Parts: sequence; C-alpha cells; structure tokens
Amino acid sequence: MPPAGERIVAWAERRLPSLTRMRRREPLPIQLHRRRIYIVPTGFGVGFSLLLAVMLIGALNYANNAALMLTCLLGAATAGSMLVAFRTLNGLSVGGLRAGTARAGELIRVSLDIAASQRERMAIRLDVADREHVVVVIPGAPATIEFALPTDFRGWLSLPRMRLHTRWPLGMFRAWSWLNPDNPVLVYPRPEALGPTPFEPEGDADRGRPRAGDELASLRDYRPGDPRRQIAWKLSARHHGLLVKDLEQPAPKEDWRLDWDSMHGLDDESRISRLARWVDEAKDSGRRWSLRLPDGYFDIAQGDEHYHRCMTALALRP
Amino acid sequence: MTRFRLSLSRAPVDEPVLAQRPFDLLCLTMASVLVVHALHLPWWLTLTLALVLTARWRQRRTGGRNAPFWIKLPLIGLLLAVVISYYGTLFGREPGSAFAVGLLVLKMLESEHRRDARVAIAFACFGLMSALLFDQGLAASFVVALGLVPAVATLRSVEEVDPQSQPLRRQLLPVLITLLAAVPLAAFAFVFVPRLSSPLWGAPTADKSITGLSDRMAPGEMAEVLTDDTPAMRVTFDGTPPMNESRYFRAYTMTNFDGQSWSPDYDGGSRAPGTLEGEARFNYEITLEPTRQRVLPVMDMPVEAPSDARLRGDRTAEADHPVDEVYRYHASATTDYRLDASIDDRQRRQALRLPDGVGPHARELAAGWASQYGNDHLAIARAALTMFHDGGFRYTLAPAPLGRDRIDDFLFQTREGFCEHFSSTFTFLMRAAGVPARVVTGYQGGYWNKLGSYLLVRHADAHAWSEVWLEGRGWVRFDPTGAVRPERVSLGAAAAAAAGNSSEGGLFDMAWLRNARDHWDVVNQWWNQAVNGFDALRQEGMLQPFGIRRAEVGDLAVILAVGCALLVAAALGWAMFQRREGDALDAWMQRLERKLARTGVTRRIGEGPRHFFARAARSLPGQRNALERLSQLYLRSRYAFDEPPPESLSEFRRQVKELKVRRVVK
Repeated sequence: MPPAGERIVAWAERRLPSLTRMRRREPLPIQLHRRRIYIVPTGFGVGFSLLLAVMLIGALNYANNAALMLTCLLGAATAGSMLVAFRTLNGLSVGGLRAGTARAGELIRVSLDIAASQRERMAIRLDVADREHVVVVIPGAPATIEFALPTDFRGWLSLPRMRLHTRWPLGMFRAWSWLNPDNPVLVYPRPEALGPTPFEPEGDADRGRPRAGDELASLRDYRPGDPRRQIAWKLSARHHGLLVKDLEQPAPKEDWRLDWDSMHGLDDESRISRLARWVDEAKDSGRRWSLRLPDGYFDIAQGDEHYHRCMTALALRP
Repeated sequence: MTRFRLSLSRAPVDEPVLAQRPFDLLCLTMASVLVVHALHLPWWLTLTLALVLTARWRQRRTGGRNAPFWIKLPLIGLLLAVVISYYGTLFGREPGSAFAVGLLVLKMLESEHRRDARVAIAFACFGLMSALLFDQGLAASFVVALGLVPAVATLRSVEEVDPQSQPLRRQLLPVLITLLAAVPLAAFAFVFVPRLSSPLWGAPTADKSITGLSDRMAPGEMAEVLTDDTPAMRVTFDGTPPMNESRYFRAYTMTNFDGQSWSPDYDGGSRAPGTLEGEARFNYEITLEPTRQRVLPVMDMPVEAPSDARLRGDRTAEADHPVDEVYRYHASATTDYRLDASIDDRQRRQALRLPDGVGPHARELAAGWASQYGNDHLAIARAALTMFHDGGFRYTLAPAPLGRDRIDDFLFQTREGFCEHFSSTFTFLMRAAGVPARVVTGYQGGYWNKLGSYLLVRHADAHAWSEVWLEGRGWVRFDPTGAVRPERVSLGAAAAAAAGNSSEGGLFDMAWLRNARDHWDVVNQWWNQAVNGFDALRQEGMLQPFGIRRAEVGDLAVILAVGCALLVAAALGWAMFQRREGDALDAWMQRLERKLARTGVTRRIGEGPRHFFARAARSLPGQRNALERLSQLYLRSRYAFDEPPPESLSEFRRQVKELKVRRVVK
C-alpha cells in the first residue's frame, strides 16, 4: 500500500475506531446497532452504478422517458438494497461463546451463536481465521458458527477480531461490523513429548512383591508346601524334578501423587509441561492422581472433571 | 424446537460455482431480454439464440461445465459475421442491439461463477433498456419492466446461502415487492431529473421507415398504410369536436406530378403562408406518434402555426426537428375560410403543369368539359365528381394493378381503387381542363373515443384528396373519394373498408371488442402524455403552480437532491426502526432503568429485578419506599399473572412517572 493510503487508513482508524478493526474489546453478547454498522458499495455495486449512469445519460440523450423510468427504477432499487443490507445486520446479537479443549499447538474449536429477535436474516457472513462462514439467522433460533483457531501458548486465548458482514440482498453493498469480544477461551498447556514417569509414591512398603495371581510369571523348583495345583505336571515329566508355576497378579495401578515441588532443577514451564503429561497419562491409564501446586491442591481423584480442573490450574499458572 | 443451519464454510479466495437456481434465473433473464428484442430481430436469429440458450441450460442441468474456447470463439465470430452480413454494418440501433443480445446469450456459455452472473445481469439490464429505444409504448415498457424481476432475483439468489431450498415463487415475490417499494423514489427522480433540451449526440435514426404518410404519393402505394391499425395521433378538442365530414388533417400538398407519383413543391413550400380569411373555430391538441418526419398534420384549415413549427406556403405545418418521439402540439383551425384569394402566375403554372404523354384519353375527356363549361371551373369540378359517382367506379383497398399509364388505365380500364387513385386522377383531370389543382394527403376521419373524449386517428385513416383553386374562392377542397363512397368521409376508413371487405370490419365492430380497445387506447394515451411526452418543455413549466415560472436545470437539481434526501431519510427511519422487545410492562421497566441509570444505579446483565430494586433502594435511601412499592408492583404484575393486568400496569406507569431521582455527582 502506498504511504498515502497507509496514512488514510491510520487516520481512519484514529477517527473511527469502530469503522476499522481497532474497535476496543467488549464483552459478549454484542448487540449490533447503527453506530457500529458500516456500509460501502462493493466493486460490483460501483460497476453497476456506472452502468446506471451510462443508462441515464443514454435515456436523457434519446429523450426516451420509458428508458429513463427503467433506469430510475433500477437506481431506486439499488438504493433500497443499501437499507436492506443495513437492516440485515441491525439488531443482531452475537453471543453464546462455547469452546472445546485443546492443548497449546492444537486447533481449538470455538462456536458462536448469532441471534435475531425479528426478521429472518439472510446470508450473514463471519470472517474469522481466514475463512468465511455463512449462516441464515431465523428469529428465535440462533444460528451457530463453528470455527477452529490455532493456539500457541497455554492460558487464556483471546478471540481474534472478527468481521460480521453481509452483501444481502443484491451484492451491491457490503455492510459490516467489527467484533472484538472480550471473552477469551482457555488453552491447556502443551505436555512434554518425552520424560520420566512420576516419582514412586512414598511409604508403599509392599512395592515390587508379587502377589498371587493368574498370570504365569516363571517356573521354579518345587519347595515343600507349594500347592499341588501349581505344579506344572507336563513340564515336570520331562524334567528331573518337579516344577512349580509361579503365578503372579499385576499390581494395581498406583495412585500418582504429582507434586510441583518434587521436581528439582526444572524451570516453571518445564514443570508445567511435565505435570501436564503426567496428568494426561494418568487419565489415559485410568489411574487416580492428585496434584499439588504452589497455590493449590487437588486431592486424589479421577475422571474428566478432575482432569479439567487440574489442567485449568496448570494452564493458568503464571 | 430450535432450527440450526449448518454454516457453510469456504475459503474466500476461490469463487464458488453458481448453484442451479441462480443459473436458472440467469437463463430466465436472458430469455426475457431475448423476448423484448424479438420484435425487431430477424426471426431466425431469435430462434437460434433461443436454441443456444436452451441447449446451455440443459447442458448445465446435466452437469456440464463451461464451453471450451474453441466453441465460443467461432460462435462470436459467426454472430459478428451474421449481423454484419444481414444489416451491412455493426453500428446503429438495430445491428447494435442484435449484436448485444447475441453476445449476452453467448456469455451464458461461460457463466459458471458468481462474478459471471453479476456481470451478465448488469449487461442484461442494459439490454432490457435498449429494447425501449425501439418501442416505448405502455405494453412494451411493461414487458421490459417485468424483465427486471428475474434479473434482480438472480442477484438475490446468487447471494443466498442455499438458493435451492426455497420455491421459485418465494424468490420472485420479494423481488416484486422490492421493485414496487422503489417506485416512489423512482417516480420522484423521473420527474425531477433535468431533461436535456438538446441531445449530446445524434439521436437514433430510423433504419426502417415506419409506416405512415410519405412525402410521395403514387396511386396504389398507400395500401400498406391503409391497413395499418396502429395509432397515428390523438386529438383532443377544446369544446365540441367537428363533425366527421370536417375532420381533415393536412400533412402534405403535392403539386408536382411526373406521370407516376406526386410530390410536394419544395421550392414553393418555403414561401410565406398564403393569406387566409377566416376565424379560428376549433382549438385542439394533437399527440403525434413518432413519424421520423418534420411534417405535423394539422386540421384543415390551420389558422396559425403550432408552437415550435412554421406554416409553409401551402398551409402545411413543419416542425424544426423530425418527430422521433411522441410529440404534442396545440393548433387552431377554421372550417369556414378563403385561402389564397389570388395566386401569382408561377403558382398557377405549377398548379396546371402536366407531364407530357401521360393520359391522352383523360386529356380528351377534360378538354370536352372545358369546352362545355368554359370558365366555370366549379362546374368542371362538379362534372368530374359526377363522373366518379356514376361512372361505375368502385372503392377497394385491393385494386387491380395499373399498367404503364396510370391515369388512363384507371379511368377507362380498372375503375377501382382508393383515395390515392381518385384524388390523383381528379387532380389530373382538373389540370387537363385548365383548373389549377393539387393533391393533399393527410388523415381524414378518425375514431371518437367516448371514454377519453378524444379523436383517435390511425394510420388506416390516411387519406388523399384534392384542392382546386377557384376564382374568388381560393383553394377549395374536393374529395372525389367521397363521391365514390360517401361512407369513407362520413363514417371513416373502417366503415369504408367494412363495406368493401366484410370479414375484417365485422370483427372490429363487435361491441365488447370496441369497448376493450377504447379502454386500452385511453391507457395508452395517458402513458404517452404523462410519461413519454414529459419533455424538457413540460418539465420547465411543471413548477408554475408553485410560483416558479420556468424551472431551470439548477432548480430541478436542487429539488431532486433535496427530495431524494428526504425520501432516503424516510426510508432510513424505517430501516432504523426497531420494535421494542417485550410488552408494555417491559417498556416501562426499561424507562425506570434509564431513570435509575442517571443516578448511577445501572442494572447489570443478568441481574434479577428483586436484586436490582434492593440495590437501588440501598443506594437511594431517599426513595426506598417508592422503590419498594415499585418492586412489589413489578414482581406481582410480572409473575402473578400470565399477562400483566391493565390496572396494575397503569399503577406501575404512574409510579414510574412519579419517581423523582436526582442525579448524583460522584
């Protein structure tokens, strides 16, 4: 853009903050009204107006009143379409923000509701994240727009500035309004890719001792007192002595007690991503876990709710 | 149940392919352009273009895509070649429109995207408008305006999220409403757009002559005009209209005869109009359909020239410009007159001149009359009329063709013909007998429309008669056709034709049909006067009732700008107007909230009424009691009944009004 163009845009942004994307953040729901809806002709609108001008001059030149009437009719319909475009946006309300979960680096799915109390609104378009979404809004039935945002960091992710616009009805005018919602969505921390398993729980005395189970662990020589049904008769027949099947039960998964302070020599971010990986692993393997952070403690539990609480706390670590 | 429409996502970079419905509408638009141009395109071109359009429509329905360039390019070349070979040129109204319509249809071959559809629609609008250059009558204008409906519907449909989901009717109806809503602004702009007093560039010239009077007359050549039932002009009279026998409208006088055809005396035409003795008896106004000629038919005998026109020496009227648009003019006429009480030698010689070698038998006949009646020219003329009346002559619009000598052939062989034959032969005979005479062409008769109180003159009412100069009486009209068939003069062309050819006249005479034609013609007359005849001159005088004697372009522009601004402002008011949500109780609650907000107590989003009132009472201790009453009243009205009862509503309103709050300075 030439410098003059840039200067004009900069001036416009200073003078008319809501005309351009500079609009300040505001909480949802956002109600569109006349002070924030702008309208300009599209390229097609400009071209069509030029054509109308040519038609007007032609009709006047040939003193052809029927043609003049036709031109006036088209011109008036064009002007009317400008008002209809405005009315399509006027009174819309944007709210109902819902977000999925995502860890930093993944795409987060976000949905917004667009509602209107009167009139069916045709062809409402929302430009967000380099894509255009089109919906029809029926009074009393909010339309939902879903989109995915890229995430980089854990914590609150503010929604990008979005442009709600329409070219309805004739495509000759574009009415638009910038949305800059104040409502952020939460991004969980990115778990580290590789790393150690958590430290072993303290005070677990019988750790490592096999318990009787159904799973075959090894064969050993018979010792007096072994139960008979554990003797491997078939194998013993080919051996000089009796062999006994040593059966073992898998040890129940240990509860993980995850502690911020147990990790030494790591900076905060590494601790967060390690803890995030452990919480992820614990949830995936069906373990119970507790999480101790410098400013909070989540007692031993399992399940989605516990998971989201822990991840939220991790995401919001300063 | 809530209804969700899934959002259709697309990357903004690539244009989406047109859906089926917009494409159908686009085809419909092109078809309507083709229809409004069909009348003046050669029929085979219309047919071919219609076939191309249909083929493309079907091809895309079955999943076909753009035509490759090796089909498109030859087609465009072919179109160019066809237009040039048929019309001889590419420029001009008819070849230009034929080429443009052809290009529009060929554009459909490559209309795949939204952009193509928009461009095609824009040019289709232009194509629709150009059809009005050929015919701006009421019916044609209406059909063209109807063509806007699919055009605008296409633009809407292109924008729609799912154009297929709605029936076609639901897409056309809103367009109709849109166009109707645009009518007030359009009408206002139409009235106030300053007209050009002179064109910026050349007005379109007629490529094909329209039927009507011509400045040459050869017996038998007018037949085409005489069977043309389209209106030539409409005449309104101040006061009583003249009798049918007096309704002669002169257009040309023809003095020169070359044996085949008559033509006006152009040199003599520039003379000052001859002297006329007589008083204006009929003031009338004529609305003339375009003739592409400068001549203005005026009623016999014009007392003075119509505005913007001058009278020629033979008392025919000539306008400054050819009449290319519907033209209105005032004139006055007298039926009791004496024209050119004396004529000079040159005029007399001209009115007696005959080509050599033509009509020897006719000359003998005339010489006989001359020797019989001597200088009594009136008697000679009467003798000729008597001959036409009793000599076995027959009036018909389909006479036998004449041989080499038109005069003798007609007088002594065929003896059948219409006004041209009779007036031409009569004038010849008069001249041969030494009586100065000339042929006059114009209109005679017409049809009196009772509904609109005006005289409708059709091209079929074209007529030719003679004028004979008599010593002491000047030019006197003689109508030999009347001698042969008096109905032609007393009842009009339709009656005369009916007697000769019963089948056509019978249809015309049917009462209901005549009634319908009356109505239709009145509407057309209105359209011609109110719309097509609204020119720079009438625009200037339009503001006279408001004290502006002559509206200048500047005045008009100011009025146009101000009026459009007012209309747009009114429409803007409509656009901004938003019905307040909820019922009357909500409305008063909102008013109360605004009142309280001035004191700094703003209702928070999602705050319930009870909490809000309590908070307000805490921060406004002076109003605690009033606010508590209001709170009770509100909660009861809102939640104790389905609908707030009117008495508690009015009580709430009263208390809201009475609540006095003082702005707190923080």
